Amino acid sequence: MFTILRRILLVCGLGCAQSLRGDQPKNIPVVAITTFAEHRAVDSVRRGIEDVLFEFGYEEKKTVSIRYLCAQGSSATAAQIAKMIALERPKVIVPISTTSAQSVAAATRTVPIVFASVTDPVGARVIKNWDASGTNVTGVSDLVFMEEQIRFMRKLLPNMKSVGFIYNPGETNSVAALRELTLLLARENVSVLTAPVQVSADIPLAVRSLRDRVDLVFTPTDNTIGSAYESLARAADECKVPAVTADPELVRRGASASLGVSYYDLGRQAGMMVVKVLSGTSPGDIAPEVSGKAKLFLNRKAARLQGLQLPEDLVKSADYVFGK
Amino acid sequence: MLFGSLEVGLIYAMVALGVMISYRLLDFPDMTADGSFPLGGAVCGLFLYLKYPPAVAMAYGAAAGAMAGMVTAWLYVGLRISKTLSSIIVMLGLYTVNLRVLGLAPFLAGETARPAGSPNLPLLGVRDMFTDFIAADFSNQFFVHCSFALAIAFCCWMLLNIFLSTSLGLALLAAGMNQRMASAQGVNTNAMFFLGMAISNCLIATSGALFVQTQGCVDVSIGIGTVISGLAAVIIGESIFHTRNNWFRSASVIVGSILYRILVGFAIGDGPLRSNGIGPEDLNLITAILVTCALVLPKRLRSWSQRRALRRI
Repeated sequence: MFTILRRILLVCGLGCAQSLRGDQPKNIPVVAITTFAEHRAVDSVRRGIEDVLFEFGYEEKKTVSIRYLCAQGSSATAAQIAKMIALERPKVIVPISTTSAQSVAAATRTVPIVFASVTDPVGARVIKNWDASGTNVTGVSDLVFMEEQIRFMRKLLPNMKSVGFIYNPGETNSVAALRELTLLLARENVSVLTAPVQVSADIPLAVRSLRDRVDLVFTPTDNTIGSAYESLARAADECKVPAVTADPELVRRGASASLGVSYYDLGRQAGMMVVKVLSGTSPGDIAPEVSGKAKLFLNRKAARLQGLQLPEDLVKSADYVFGK
Repeated sequence: MLFGSLEVGLIYAMVALGVMISYRLLDFPDMTADGSFPLGGAVCGLFLYLKYPPAVAMAYGAAAGAMAGMVTAWLYVGLRISKTLSSIIVMLGLYTVNLRVLGLAPFLAGETARPAGSPNLPLLGVRDMFTDFIAADFSNQFFVHCSFALAIAFCCWMLLNIFLSTSLGLALLAAGMNQRMASAQGVNTNAMFFLGMAISNCLIATSGALFVQTQGCVDVSIGIGTVISGLAAVIIGESIFHTRNNWFRSASVIVGSILYRILVGFAIGDGPLRSNGIGPEDLNLITAILVTCALVLPKRLRSWSQRRALRRI
């Protein structure tokens, strides 16, 4: 018993000694990336930011230190992270996702914040409007322009009469997307049938509930759907209903078609803003942006399985075509 | 790291108190907290959004939590559904209630045409109980939040223990300890369950109301893991301070809440763990290991020192 205790004390002592030694000198600027939960989209955004930083000559542990803090899905931990990081005063905080951005913005008015992938930052009250805010907050939004999406859907299915919408009603971004889509499609007399999904296990059920009632199934940039998109694609193949999405990274995983901005490119856009802030520009002088040019991704194999005829001109102008 | 943990620990102290009442005093495994925590936040957020005075908004939030607790008690007492199931049913239903309450806020404020449910209500820029005390550049925000949380936790602790010293409070304790004996002594145990669950969830909802004011938003997902936080706090507190005295017991769970948050903060923070390749994805496992050590170590140290004393004799 005594020896076990001695060993534990030894390990603790080593740990303390190492932390006292410190692994990085104090004057390296710190970029703190905070998120609420682990998602593929979050990883893509992170990679985009890191790649841009390295392209601009920043080296990890030498000229910049990138800290990644994830709350692992717990709100209490997310609150703790926001307060901890605000008190540590890094050079810039990059919150990914709406709740992360809100708690970080509520924790500090002086540390620069560059949010990434917050769909409706004005609605979330993180920024007042799309002009340069003059406060410590700016960032890149992954707002999806529904008019563009509807035009795209019309190109795929000129005679569509009803659209299925699968989403998690617990996600702000998806709820906002649904609201806009319903409003715009109502003007064209196209009905929107929703299939809400609380957990990703309910996805196949949701797809089957829309079988034969809709011309295509549309999913917004929703984390619950995105984390298990393969099951949606499989169910769409089975029900012979085309699956269209606003996140092009899902086309590789079974969607027929997508017109949208990949999260990696969004991360790169946010990374450009981070570089500007690191060089001394105040975030209040940088106007918040919406993610840039959308890319067209198509999946021929999925389209065939789901009964969608891809128009030839779209295939020719696509940025990437998967499958044969 | 310590400051962030202290603030969140003090806010969750009332969750720990509420969980102590239901799990320990009433012997009622209550999962309603995962629903009543965001309910308190949602109702408080709704009234703050509509520009009600912050104290009134928090009172409404607390009252909503109490009602949620009474629904759980009714399912158990009135409909004879088992304890765990009735709390899970209420927790499930409260998810929809929270979505509806959050959607009601922009509708009543005139921003949307129809009251649809909403998963998020922003409170940045809304007047809450801290606004009058915080400087424009947020420099004293930590002190203001901590002092308010400490004051509220202290008041709740005082009121709770004063109540438990009254005859009604003793009846509540009796009903929790031995239901049949208590009812044989003339205590209305059904009423005691209603009262206990109401108090417990009222405290949890107050914590939720306080939480959303420090976070700048109410999100429907803030409740996930509340019961676990509360239980961890109760167990850590009790394992460090062994006492049957309710005054010290309830104080120990408040300390336990802060300690739990410090353990989580240690798992998140930079330092020896991070430089050895352990990443944020390992947070939950590390927290579990730290909590286990926190539970086991005090007992082992005590029995080790007792054995040492015996060997000397």
